Amino acid sequence: MTAFSNVAAIVQKEWRHYFGSPIAWVGLFVWTMLFGIFYYFALTFFLEQSMRMAQQGMEFGGGGPKLSINEYMIRPLFHNMAVVALFIAPMLTMRLFAEEKRQGTIELLATSPVSDGQVVIGKFLAAAGLYLLMILAGLVNVALMWTYASSPPEWKPILTGTVGIFLLGSCFLAMGTFVSTLTRNQIVAGILAFCLFLGMWTLGWADDPMAGPVAKAVGYLGVTTHLEDLVKGVVDLKDLVFYLSVIVFGLFLAHQSVESQRWRA
Amino acid sequence: MIEVESLTKRYGRTTAVDGVTFRVERGEILGFLGPNGAGKTTTMRILTCYLPPTEGTARVAGYDVFAQPMDVKKRVGYLPEAPPLYPDMSVRDYLDFCAKIKGVSPKGRQVAVNDAIEKCRVGDVRTTLIGKLSKGYRQRVGLAQAILHNPDVLIMDEPTAGLDPKQIIETRELIRGLGGSHTIILSTHILPEVSMTCGRVVIINKGRVVAEDTPENLTHRLKGSGTLRLEVRGPEAEVVSILKAVPGVLTVHARGGHEGVVFVDVEAEAGKDVRADLAWSVVTKGHGLLGLQQMGMSLEEIFLQLTTTDSSEAAPAA
Repeated sequence: MTAFSNVAAIVQKEWRHYFGSPIAWVGLFVWTMLFGIFYYFALTFFLEQSMRMAQQGMEFGGGGPKLSINEYMIRPLFHNMAVVALFIAPMLTMRLFAEEKRQGTIELLATSPVSDGQVVIGKFLAAAGLYLLMILAGLVNVALMWTYASSPPEWKPILTGTVGIFLLGSCFLAMGTFVSTLTRNQIVAGILAFCLFLGMWTLGWADDPMAGPVAKAVGYLGVTTHLEDLVKGVVDLKDLVFYLSVIVFGLFLAHQSVESQRWRA
Repeated sequence: MIEVESLTKRYGRTTAVDGVTFRVERGEILGFLGPNGAGKTTTMRILTCYLPPTEGTARVAGYDVFAQPMDVKKRVGYLPEAPPLYPDMSVRDYLDFCAKIKGVSPKGRQVAVNDAIEKCRVGDVRTTLIGKLSKGYRQRVGLAQAILHNPDVLIMDEPTAGLDPKQIIETRELIRGLGGSHTIILSTHILPEVSMTCGRVVIINKGRVVAEDTPENLTHRLKGSGTLRLEVRGPEAEVVSILKAVPGVLTVHARGGHEGVVFVDVEAEAGKDVRADLAWSVVTKGHGLLGLQQMGMSLEEIFLQLTTTDSSEAAPAA
């Protein structure tokens, strides 16, 4: 299938750019370093809390409640990583189209028998693939817990949490791909993307159990809202649908943007 | 092979291409001439499906550029004015990528890439990063990318720009060799190049076609048989009057000379060959005819005349 091989060719080319330049390496480094730092803080906090609980337990007689690693450590970790994703995503996507326009290579892509859709999807998949690699690299830390914890954490919430973080980041990447098509300047693309992601993030703040229906509706549109259940291990179809819809919407916008520029060129 | 009919492209209020019509037959090499901003690049971009036309039609290899762009793109190789290269890829990786997106089958890919590398003589630098190559090499890699998938049609925007004389000759030979099996449109400012490589020429100015013909026909059409230059040994005034008396002669200008020899430019009526009469008249009056030369209007002169005339004057009909 030519469509598939075209997309594959684009993915391969983008990966070559990512790994041939500092982008991928710096991204991987920053992500794993931050993940490690947050992990360390989370672990320290967890240990302190556990000790405190154990002490309280001793005062009242009998052992205290064992704190769930998932609840007290893994979940905050995922939330922190979502914040890191917010910052890293613009850097992964800002060069996708902006650089092609600046280099003039968009003319090569536009006059070759590849469709605009294939180009958009290929670039997005390349960014998402790199992002996935970063997540997996970070999870190596988590794997350590199985060796050292006396009662290892539940793996299902970790799995669903990973899926959640991946989907959340991919939403950013899809929207970031769109933003990259709007300008030749990578810096502008990066800044605009970040502002857009911030908007997507803060919509979630409106979500509140006490709030009225309008606030709840707005809150539903926030990307972090749908991470909650996934991190707890609850796979709710509506969360998956939300994330996939945003991803598709972002790619759709990117495609329309690329096409419309031919008419205006 | 290529049929362009009333092609028009407007950007807002500017008209870049205005009712351009021409054809290119299979195997032909067509030269595209025009000053900067005439609409050559825009026309080429429409033919390669980079831009859609505002009005009119263009068909390449039987496919319409607007309705069937994918089919057109498969059959067209395009070398833009600035070759679209990725500076951080090696030549081989770049051509490999191009082979993939241009639809070269996986089996034939290696062969196609090696073939193109050989033809364009970039074998020495196949593992070098494109960003590190000189202009000449980059141009050739760009050319390699255009011929990679063995397209029926090649569209080249100033293919010899920036090359040194040796490379220019090699490139022209390459292009000439490709004609016949490929249909080629090439745009250029280097007018002698057009006479050397192209069978026909289209001259564009301000978005309109002002001339379409072979270089020789254009020369004839625009100034009859052209100016004749005579070198005569004899007194200037007398020679001039003798020549003026020859039937069919329009103007006679003396152009200086030395030691009793005078150079005279004679313009005759269009279509009339007065050379024999001129020679006869000079010799029979006892003067020495040292030289008789036809000064055809050079392509430069044709180009300048067609492209610097006031737009209010009528352009010669194509």
